[in-house]
Amino acid sequence: MASAAKLIVLGFIAAFAMLGASWGRDLAYQVHMLIILAVSAGLFIWVLRGIGEEKPAPAQNEYMDDVVRAGVIATAFWGVVGFAAGVFIAFQLAYPALNLDLPYTAFSRLRPLHTSAVIFAFGGNALIATSFYVVQRTSAARLWGGNLAWFVFWGYQLFIVLAATGYVLGGTQSREYAEPEWYLDLWLTVVWVAYLAVFMGTIIKRKEPHIYVANWFFLAFIVTVAMLHVVNNLAVPVSIWGSKSYSLFSGVQDALTQWWYGHNAVGFFLTAGFLGMMYYFVPKQAERPVYSYKLSIIHFWALIFLYIWAGPHHLHYTALPDWAQTLGMVFSVMLWMPSWGGMINGLMTLSGAWDKLRTDPVLRMLVVSVGFYGMSTFEGPMMSIKAVNSLSHYTDWTIGHVHSGALGWNGMITFGALYFLTPRLWGRKQLYSLSLVSWHFWLATIGIVLYAASMWVSGITQGLMWREYDSLGFLVNSFADTVAVLHPYYVIRALGGLLFLTGSLIMVYNLWMTVRVGEPKAAPAAVPAQ
Amino acid sequence: MDTYTLLRQFADSWMLLVMTLLFVGIVAFALRPGSRALHREIANIPLRNDDAPMPADGAAPSVKKGN
Repeated sequence: MASAAKLIVLGFIAAFAMLGASWGRDLAYQVHMLIILAVSAGLFIWVLRGIGEEKPAPAQNEYMDDVVRAGVIATAFWGVVGFAAGVFIAFQLAYPALNLDLPYTAFSRLRPLHTSAVIFAFGGNALIATSFYVVQRTSAARLWGGNLAWFVFWGYQLFIVLAATGYVLGGTQSREYAEPEWYLDLWLTVVWVAYLAVFMGTIIKRKEPHIYVANWFFLAFIVTVAMLHVVNNLAVPVSIWGSKSYSLFSGVQDALTQWWYGHNAVGFFLTAGFLGMMYYFVPKQAERPVYSYKLSIIHFWALIFLYIWAGPHHLHYTALPDWAQTLGMVFSVMLWMPSWGGMINGLMTLSGAWDKLRTDPVLRMLVVSVGFYGMSTFEGPMMSIKAVNSLSHYTDWTIGHVHSGALGWNGMITFGALYFLTPRLWGRKQLYSLSLVSWHFWLATIGIVLYAASMWVSGITQGLMWREYDSLGFLVNSFADTVAVLHPYYVIRALGGLLFLTGSLIMVYNLWMTVRVGEPKAAPAAVPAQ
Repeated sequence: MDTYTLLRQFADSWMLLVMTLLFVGIVAFALRPGSRALHREIANIPLRNDDAPMPADGAAPSVKKGN
């Protein structure tokens, strides 16, 4: 019965995709319909062949770890793809010939490919995988919803592939960090609701009487991202057979909605979700409970109450009303407190175990990521102050700030989590090589330092050159001058990215070898090794 | 009065007060005396149940398993 329903739905989707592929008004839409056709036809055959097969009931006395294993692989894979795309576009900025004079490889199309690959593919897979791992352990319950977790995983991968191919073919609604077109937004909404159901269902059937703080952060991330995504993508498609759509908002309201979304994507995707990771993996790796649970509660609620108002700082000195700009600035500055409270909480978890930093490079990675969290949440509020923003806005300083947060905080804590998870999920005694982890750690750290330092210099250079005028009030520098002077910093930035990418390749090798040749855990784990 | 002005006035006054009090209340609740033992218990959740879910009968929820 269920199989019949699935076959009908898949058949309908395949038929629609066939029509779309031939009637589509633009290339991105047509290619997407072909991909959807291939996926739905493949699934149709798979479901059809599975009819009548005995499916063993899932063991309720085991955690559902196969989907987390898949998530670990996807995270590592998309991480390398996203970092490589970033290195390539960094070299494009230094050497424009690398645009190759093709529309598909132009910076403007590859840049959203890079940002989406690192934020949504790498970061998103890391969040889905770790949240599934953490919510099971901290609830002492198997994931709710059976194979719904697999739907979330594969549905999300499909979204990533469609978004990425769309960017290259020119399908974008040009909203930063929300570039996918209307039909992809609808698909992501379906996947996200399923994600929320799996996560909430697991929390509801938990065996622990309390909900651990990491789950509060993960839940805030899932719920808020759903709300942001739906509101920011409210749009009217021109035709059901094309990717073009028009936003429901216009003018300054549209801009404000976009940056309400954009900043809270940082606040809830890249901060709240990853704080959920911090509150689980730092205590686990240090083998001691979080420094202050009370502080973690205050950290959570202060972040929730303040973050949602900070978005207008992206629109300083624009048509946005002055009071809204000031509101965004004030709330950004207030965010200093919870951010640093959280950082102190993470770092002080090591009190009495600081010696572990000398011997455990995975813990070192986690601690440095919390340090970068502190640094970028110091820099961000400072840059949101109007006077500072008048210099920093639209310059490379912003890019440097984003990357010290994204590479340092999100990247490093994800690497730490992958190093933590891989031996446990595949039933291995330990990682293949700790010295390779150290190599990764230092390559990544030096890469970030090169990146952030070169972008500070180039950003401030840019900002000062743009605002320089002579005694008669004429601007001193032409725009082309301000670009030419940045060349050396762009090369340094690209090299920093290259180091970071090299580190991630070392990680992939190390994780691969851990699974392939690692010594099995002595006592048979409850989770069978694959 | 149009909707914007009405909502704006409400947001600036009563809603702001409610939100502030709610936040202060949450912080006060987190810091309430006598919650230390409970919070220590919650903070230890990640350090147990590493390998398998708790059995369905819910026996001994606070037994420390694993490391």
